[in-house]
Amino acid sequence: MFKRWLLGTALATAALLTPLAANAEGKDIVVTYKDDITTLDPQIGYDWVNWSMIKSLFSRLMDYEPGTANLVPSLAESFDVAPDGLTYTFKLHKGVKFSNGREIVASDVKYSIERAVDPKTQGPGAGFFGAIDGFDDLAAGKDGGLKGIETPDDSTVVFKLTRPDATFLHVLAINFASVVPKEAVEAAGGDFGKKPVGSGTFLLKDWTIGQKLVFERNPDYFIKDMPKIDSFTVEVGQEPLVALLRLQKGEVDIAGDGIPPAKFLEIKNSPDGAQMIVDGEQLHTGYVTLNTKVKPFDDLKVRQAVNHAINKERIVRILNGRATPAKEILPPLMPGYDNDYAGYDYNVEKAKALLAEAGHPDGFETVLYATNTDPQPRIAQAIQQDLAAIGVKAEIRALAQGNVIAAGGTEGEAPMIWSGGMAWIADFPDPSNFYGPILGCGGAVQGGWNWSWYCNAELDERAVAADSMSDPAKGAERIAAWKSIFTDAMKDAPWIPVTNERRAVAKPLRMGGENNIYIDPTRVINYDAIFVK
Amino acid sequence: MVILLCKRLAQAFLILLGVAAITFVLLYALPADPARMIAGRSATAQTVASIRHELGLDQPLLVQFWTYLTGLLQGDLGRSYAQKTEVWTLIAARLPATLTLMAAGIFVEVVLGITFGTIAAVRRGSFVDRLVMTASFVGVSAPQFVAALLLLYVFAVTLGWFPMSGYGSFAHIVLPALTLGILGAGWYARMVRSAMIEVLNQDYVRTARAKGLSSRRIIFRHALPNAILPIIAMIGIDIGQFMGGVVVVEAVYGWPGIGQLAWQAIQQVDIPIIMGVTLTSALAIVAGNLLADLIAPVIDPRIRTS
Repeated sequence: MFKRWLLGTALATAALLTPLAANAEGKDIVVTYKDDITTLDPQIGYDWVNWSMIKSLFSRLMDYEPGTANLVPSLAESFDVAPDGLTYTFKLHKGVKFSNGREIVASDVKYSIERAVDPKTQGPGAGFFGAIDGFDDLAAGKDGGLKGIETPDDSTVVFKLTRPDATFLHVLAINFASVVPKEAVEAAGGDFGKKPVGSGTFLLKDWTIGQKLVFERNPDYFIKDMPKIDSFTVEVGQEPLVALLRLQKGEVDIAGDGIPPAKFLEIKNSPDGAQMIVDGEQLHTGYVTLNTKVKPFDDLKVRQAVNHAINKERIVRILNGRATPAKEILPPLMPGYDNDYAGYDYNVEKAKALLAEAGHPDGFETVLYATNTDPQPRIAQAIQQDLAAIGVKAEIRALAQGNVIAAGGTEGEAPMIWSGGMAWIADFPDPSNFYGPILGCGGAVQGGWNWSWYCNAELDERAVAADSMSDPAKGAERIAAWKSIFTDAMKDAPWIPVTNERRAVAKPLRMGGENNIYIDPTRVINYDAIFVK
Repeated sequence: MVILLCKRLAQAFLILLGVAAITFVLLYALPADPARMIAGRSATAQTVASIRHELGLDQPLLVQFWTYLTGLLQGDLGRSYAQKTEVWTLIAARLPATLTLMAAGIFVEVVLGITFGTIAAVRRGSFVDRLVMTASFVGVSAPQFVAALLLLYVFAVTLGWFPMSGYGSFAHIVLPALTLGILGAGWYARMVRSAMIEVLNQDYVRTARAKGLSSRRIIFRHALPNAILPIIAMIGIDIGQFMGGVVVVEAVYGWPGIGQLAWQAIQQVDIPIIMGVTLTSALAIVAGNLLADLIAPVIDPRIRTS
């Protein structure tokens, strides 16, 4: 009897639920990637695949309007910057909960940022928080946290900085500043990256290592009507070519690795091609570093000569047209990009003349480093040929990424490095992000990322001055200051800016939303904003 | 027998130790600093140094190796640099897929190899023989990714008989196993053919024929068991090879095996994972060979007595 009743109830429930289920159908999407997801720990994850997932699993004090570089408060209800730019005060939204049910309080924010800085976490994000008082002690492994973060009550966080930092609000919007619950981190015992607990738009429902991850919408997310899909499943280990075939068959909604060059034209020329291809600019510059501490690149004329020697149009063709030739250090989307700057044009005669002036009429021999994954070696070869045309014989060393990075950070080691595959994609949309570590004196140290070993003290001073203008009213003035810093840096030609890469992804017709949420300047794919038509 | 087994086990242990030592030294001699890879672009020298210390990379190489070894003997492969998860968890999660593909691949190559090798040997010099040998030559020389993409395109994309990629059901394994099996079957067919031809020329086969046994009985009862010995040794080697990961096949079919893990770890200079995968595959090669050595005397009494 009981059984029959149960069955009847179950059937009735099922009948009731059916229309609902039908309604929800199609709001679950499938995303594929070739590489496995390394970690979803916001204080550790730092690759372009997990970046967008971590964005959606966690919340931060600040965030961006979808598809744009406009900062908006997120976990913070409001904030206040002191006139001297050294104190930031945030008021938290009340009642926002982690997915374990506990309400977020100010001390969680403090804990999370200290966790990003603490070397015990072994994360890549520490350097961003360098302006917070107490950073040096914690980064050196001393106990005691960051004394520059105060929590006078549960809904107030105060940051005390040691120097004004106009990028500080951006810093609080990057993944490393995501708020995590201490008890969940400790309970996971080192595996928080596999068992994330956050307060973002999605929850991690299930993770089968090496196969797939299932993300479900967070029903308690504190902003209404976000996200717009019910769930997304990330299938990993999927060859981009196969992923695209599956997308064409309707098994996959977003092929995360983009469109392989070999398939680009086929998709583009297919009947629905134009609507399926999302083609967007990224905050990316590909460049060749010219080591100012290695002969003959210590001579400005030589650096200018090779700048004139590179046929960037041809390299764009190697990339199947999915890039534009770069003239300057900043990518065009970045505030501070100088539209009027002419750059060094492709001019073999001028290059030869400059080389002759520098005392190398017959060229010289040098070494060009590059990473060893396609298409980087082919681009290095194109550069090699261009250099040969002005008499410079460059030997190519195509190595694994880690070895190239090591060579770049060793003084006197690598005369030239093609940055492809490791290039500087901005962490946040602010020009200062393209200066400090890669062009400033601070980065020109053993193990640093300034592979040109370029150090211009005057520019460094101007950079510090620009980043001290933290008053939002001075925003335009600050950007103008940065613009001139980058233009002046190019006069010293520490780099050959080569390309600004675009990204092309394919989406089926059923997926809706503007292109800029599939190639979001701060998120790659914006899972919060994409929707099913 | 027991003494032989003990001797072999001791040998196996020494080989594994050697593999561990050589891999360890090679990986740490690489001019890439894992601490820098972890610390990221914005890190100060201070942070990099602190992380290096956390990982124990500031210790002398010998001390690091000793630490690793003592961990290893307790079954601890360490934690991944990039993922922070225990290496054993990552390998164990992928082991079922790797083992399944290994078993299925070996099954296909053995069945195809023995069948066609035998046919070719029996019909030596005929059109069938030449066809089998040509096909096996193509199988041996075809690059794996070409075969994999071809099968994928024909049977999954065009005909739609099998899923394009993934893991879980019987249908998923058919194409990866065929890709591996067809290529391996070429070797097996050639080997069985030459061994079979040799056996068919032996006196006891002539005797069997003379006393009027059917040729089916001669082939299956007298010739094949004798021709199959080298195959067993080869399966032992294949076990090891497939365990180390068949990166290309795994990549094309989205098969979640150990090869994918190793490939990604190499890109990220994730030394603990590279060590773990290398040791797992070395263990499999050693175990496979040991197994082959143990099975051989069971099948061939001549080995038993000598």
